Amino acid sequence: MSINKETVKKISKLSRIASNEEFENSMIKDLNSILKFVEQLNELNTSNTEPLSSVVDQKLYQRDDVEKKINEKKDILQNSPVKNENYFVVPKIIE
Amino acid sequence: MGEITKLTLVNLVSKIKSKEISALDACSDYVNRIVKSKKLNTFVTETLEQAISSAKKIDDNNLKEGILSGAPIAVKDLFCTKNVETTASSKILKGFVPTYESTVTSKLWERGAVLLGKLNCDEFAMGSSNETSAFGNVINPYKVNDENIVPGGSSGGCSAAVAADLTVATVGTDTGGSIRQPAAFTGIVGLKPTYGRCSRWGIVAFASSLDQAGPMTKNVSDCALMLDAISGFDEKDSTSANTKKEEFLKNLNRNIKGLKIGIPKEYIVDDMPKEIQDLWDKGISWMKESGAIIKDISLPHTKYALPTYYIIAPAEASSNLARYDGVRYGFRASGKDLNEMYENTRSLGFGNEVKRRIMIGTYVLSSGYYDAYYLKAQQVRRLIKNDFDLVFKDVDAILTPTAPSSAFKIGEKKDDPISMYLNDVFTVPINLAGLPAISIPAGFDKSGLPLGLQIIGKPFDEQTVLNSAYALEEKIGFKSQVKDWWM
Repeated sequence: MSINKETVKKISKLSRIASNEEFENSMIKDLNSILKFVEQLNELNTSNTEPLSSVVDQKLYQRDDVEKKINEKKDILQNSPVKNENYFVVPKIIE
Repeated sequence: MGEITKLTLVNLVSKIKSKEISALDACSDYVNRIVKSKKLNTFVTETLEQAISSAKKIDDNNLKEGILSGAPIAVKDLFCTKNVETTASSKILKGFVPTYESTVTSKLWERGAVLLGKLNCDEFAMGSSNETSAFGNVINPYKVNDENIVPGGSSGGCSAAVAADLTVATVGTDTGGSIRQPAAFTGIVGLKPTYGRCSRWGIVAFASSLDQAGPMTKNVSDCALMLDAISGFDEKDSTSANTKKEEFLKNLNRNIKGLKIGIPKEYIVDDMPKEIQDLWDKGISWMKESGAIIKDISLPHTKYALPTYYIIAPAEASSNLARYDGVRYGFRASGKDLNEMYENTRSLGFGNEVKRRIMIGTYVLSSGYYDAYYLKAQQVRRLIKNDFDLVFKDVDAILTPTAPSSAFKIGEKKDDPISMYLNDVFTVPINLAGLPAISIPAGFDKSGLPLGLQIIGKPFDEQTVLNSAYALEEKIGFKSQVKDWWM
């Protein structure tokens, strides 16, 4: 499987990273070389192998169902680059 | 004064507790050195004035109870620190001032340590040389023929700062070798604990199933003390292990008689310099002299660890880094609509290596490729973990080199991602299997650069890892060769 310009454009769209000619050319080169490298895995037969997503084998911890004063509005909004008193501000979405 | 910064963490804390040295004198000595060491570019943010006033408070109120009482400590700029800018060495987080403290760093301050500042690293911890930082390279305190070399990465500011005596100890993070490889490159000790041993809460996330915080220190005893300080269950991290609190420093001893040490034949790789093979052989003899039993072992899927890692880590990163959207924190670029704002923000805010990994991660998770890449990598990850599970039925720990080379020149591997990735060939399998592993300085190559040996242990058996390292440390007798050329 190799990556062409169309694929790079599609992936950069999905990644929400603005793309231009220079970016696309360097990504075609780098991504193909990385994919060639990782395709070594196809040497292995894994048809009967269970995928491993986490090495942790404990049950998820459940905390007591009590109210906690964390993530208050003021804290959450503090680092926003553009905000008003109560909201994050983004470019206009609805005409 | 001036000699204080040469003391180990264990010695410094004991002298502060016995009032032989005041917390203020200790802090001032570090501050003086940091001010004269800008050339190394180890710090992204300095908090020197606050450090001095915290140290005074410790003396004035006689707060000498904590196990890190008065220890001046800078931390990797990947840990969120309340009211202190936290950037992950990325332009996209420039100006981000957390309103909360990471669990690991809050443990440091609760135990009496004093924050000196935030240390440079590869952007979002993605790199092996500290060259991907948005705030410039860190320079290794070791030099070859007057040429600057890398401190390793991603915890390169951490490794350089410990080696240059700019912090008495530090905490870094390790996703594929980011504590151990820079420790090896700078002649210090670095431990990646078992996955789940230290809380990940409040650490800027890279690859959540692999990330783990750990100590980087001058020696093995300091490492045990730091692990005592930062480990433990945290209900805020769902992958934090609910195990009983251990006392690593108290139980540290050099008796490894009868301990079975495995030597994996797959770790002999092409192009590995002879001096690294020689050092590994020496490590084996030192282990034998200490009474350990050496066993040849096989970890047959070793060569598949790097390709597995370079699917899983970018996949998790692409998901974790989706949060940098220019809306909630950090940098924001303009755009005519929401999508263009996102795209411009992320394009201008992220550096090249981060973009490369987001792109790869998005690709391997995308429809039509998920099974061929991501699922395949998770299956191979199982095989890699099975290899370790099997050998740990026969051995107690494994000895390998930490990295396949010593530190390289700045710029030497920058243009070829794969050659950079190959640096992590001996460290990545350990993250995939979630195991604890330490790197200890074990010698020098012919150009005078430090080399490290790695000891890998069973899950949650950091004590055996530390004890084996402690025994080896005595045999090695490593002495730092850092000359203060930058001052």
